[in-house]
Amino acid sequence: MSILVNKDTKVIVQGFTGKEGTFHSQQCIEYGTQIVGGVTPGKGGQTHLDRPVFNTVKEAVDATGATVSMIFVPPAFTADAVMEAAEAGIELAVIITEGAPVKDMMYAKMYATKHGMKTIGPNCPGIITAEECKIGIMPGFIFKKGPVGLISKSGTLTYEASNQVVKEGLGITTAVGIGGDPIIGLSYKQLLPMFEADPETEAIVMIGEIGGTLEIEAAEFIKENISKPVIAFIAGQTAPKGKRMGHAGAIISGSSGTAQEKMEALEAAGVHVVKSPADIGKTVATALGK
Amino acid sequence: MNIHEYQAKEIFREYGVPVPRGGVAFTGPEAREVAAQLGGNLWVVKAQIHAGGRGKAGGVKLARSLDEVEKIAEEMIGMVLVTHQTGPEGKRVEKVYVEEGADIQKEYYLGMVLDRSLEMPVMMASTEGGMEIEEVAAQHPEKIIKVAIDPTIGFQGFHGRKLAFGLGLSKEEIRPFIKFAEALYKVYMDKDAEMIEINPLIKTGSGEFLALDAKMGFDDNALYRHPDIMEMRDLSEEDPVELEAKKYGLSYVNLDGNVGCMVNGAGLAMATMDIIKHEGGEPANFLDVGGGANPDTVAKGFELILQDENVKSIFVNIFGGIVRCDRIANGILQATKQVEVNVPVIVRLDGTNAEEAAEILQKANIKNIIPATDLADGARKAVAAAKGEL
Repeated sequence: MSILVNKDTKVIVQGFTGKEGTFHSQQCIEYGTQIVGGVTPGKGGQTHLDRPVFNTVKEAVDATGATVSMIFVPPAFTADAVMEAAEAGIELAVIITEGAPVKDMMYAKMYATKHGMKTIGPNCPGIITAEECKIGIMPGFIFKKGPVGLISKSGTLTYEASNQVVKEGLGITTAVGIGGDPIIGLSYKQLLPMFEADPETEAIVMIGEIGGTLEIEAAEFIKENISKPVIAFIAGQTAPKGKRMGHAGAIISGSSGTAQEKMEALEAAGVHVVKSPADIGKTVATALGK
Repeated sequence: MNIHEYQAKEIFREYGVPVPRGGVAFTGPEAREVAAQLGGNLWVVKAQIHAGGRGKAGGVKLARSLDEVEKIAEEMIGMVLVTHQTGPEGKRVEKVYVEEGADIQKEYYLGMVLDRSLEMPVMMASTEGGMEIEEVAAQHPEKIIKVAIDPTIGFQGFHGRKLAFGLGLSKEEIRPFIKFAEALYKVYMDKDAEMIEINPLIKTGSGEFLALDAKMGFDDNALYRHPDIMEMRDLSEEDPVELEAKKYGLSYVNLDGNVGCMVNGAGLAMATMDIIKHEGGEPANFLDVGGGANPDTVAKGFELILQDENVKSIFVNIFGGIVRCDRIANGILQATKQVEVNVPVIVRLDGTNAEEAAEILQKANIKNIIPATDLADGARKAVAAAKGEL
């Protein structure tokens, strides 16, 4: 078991024939992901990476039965691509693109929600169910199968966390990189209950960072609804106020969005909060009694 | 990206958001000229810097004659203004804005920002104009009225009424206020603003609402479709090292400590700062060399870090995914040839091809390069090296 995606998930790629789209689609195919085709307007009818290319998402869905789309189109066209996917009946859009305007994503997410389509990202590494299905840009080999679910705003910190978990002799069910933009798709609050319901997941690691209130909302949710152990690390304990730390959403505005308030809220909700990012793996092992 | 008050007011005028008349000046005589053209017998001379708190710091002054306008402008231009938002180093004033004096009857606050939880813009109003809105939020949260505006329906009368009644406005005041707020909403959406703050918004003796101050910030990701806003960029207001970093696709923020950091990925970069602190040191910077780190970006990274004279050691922390560690190791070697690195460099490379990378560094046998086995080991060594204990 896992959440959202597995070895049977059929995936199309929007922005399939571009440089990034091509490179990462190839990597996903090698990992075992069922990439069943792609969409590049104007290139319909061609074949790319031995898969059919379509002009529209609707054509791709009708021909392949895909339920998930991985989106690599440039930032100015990302919202358009997301909305096209929603209208074509895609169930989950994984938006890798970095740099999409906030206003565009606000409209795109509203439209996706209206059509019942879930989104992950933008500006994220994607989602991976260990040893089954990788939809994104993460290095697959780090994610060995095991009992830990992972939700993270950061890319490389996700790899770091997974690596530590694997070094403890454990592994990952599914890891979701939710991205650090001001407006994102699925977040802790939607993903936590999925991991809670997944019989293979025994513990959940959540990696947050400064800015916004998603981690605080997660803490309130965990208190009431999550029985599995949750281990959390919040990046940016030493970040100065008012400075954007790489991610568009990683900024302490005034006195809100600090790592400290998030850590306190999570601790109060019974989460194992680690201060040092080097302690994630160990703490997971301890929480699972291993 | 942020702009100056006078630029924000230009945009306001274009959209019919009422502002006092005024003009920008770069010298004392220019300021006098602007004041003479405005006419009247009361002017305000305002330092143009990208930071709040100017009034308390002496950056906003009243003048009652043209001579006084010129004298104040001359004193202000070239001075370093230190406010609670500039940091102790302050900001040099390059220009002033000269505005007609306003007949202030009452001061309010009006602002717009994205509510990340609701995922839509919110407009905020308060009767506590002129005060720091952060302080009002902390001490009197009930004095801030907020309305979320669903962009699919846009600004409606009821949004305006909720704010107007919340502020306790009289019947005659409601209509001009709503008109003001509606125009402001249009500015926010059309221009891809990230934040607009009018503090204070004033009501004049004749019952008009005017934006006495104006602060605007924009979504960097949307600037490509606003060449007019991009032209308003004032590079002298931005940190030169951060700008230099951006040119090379790096993200850099200077901090006060002495342990330099070079990391791939923003989250891991923040986590690296945190672990340095956790191990008893102080990070000197945030530096994300990006997912596509290569020898050139690594070399540039060293250059940026070493511009800071406080740096006593450097912690290179790379988790190779798609980026191969052996390439990074070669990049480090190449960089040490391009840039003189005279402090200990603690290198932790993990992930794709980490073993090959370790071998490359070992073979090169460079005195200043010290390998680390993992995140904690690297942080400890970097902190010890900065203290001269390694």
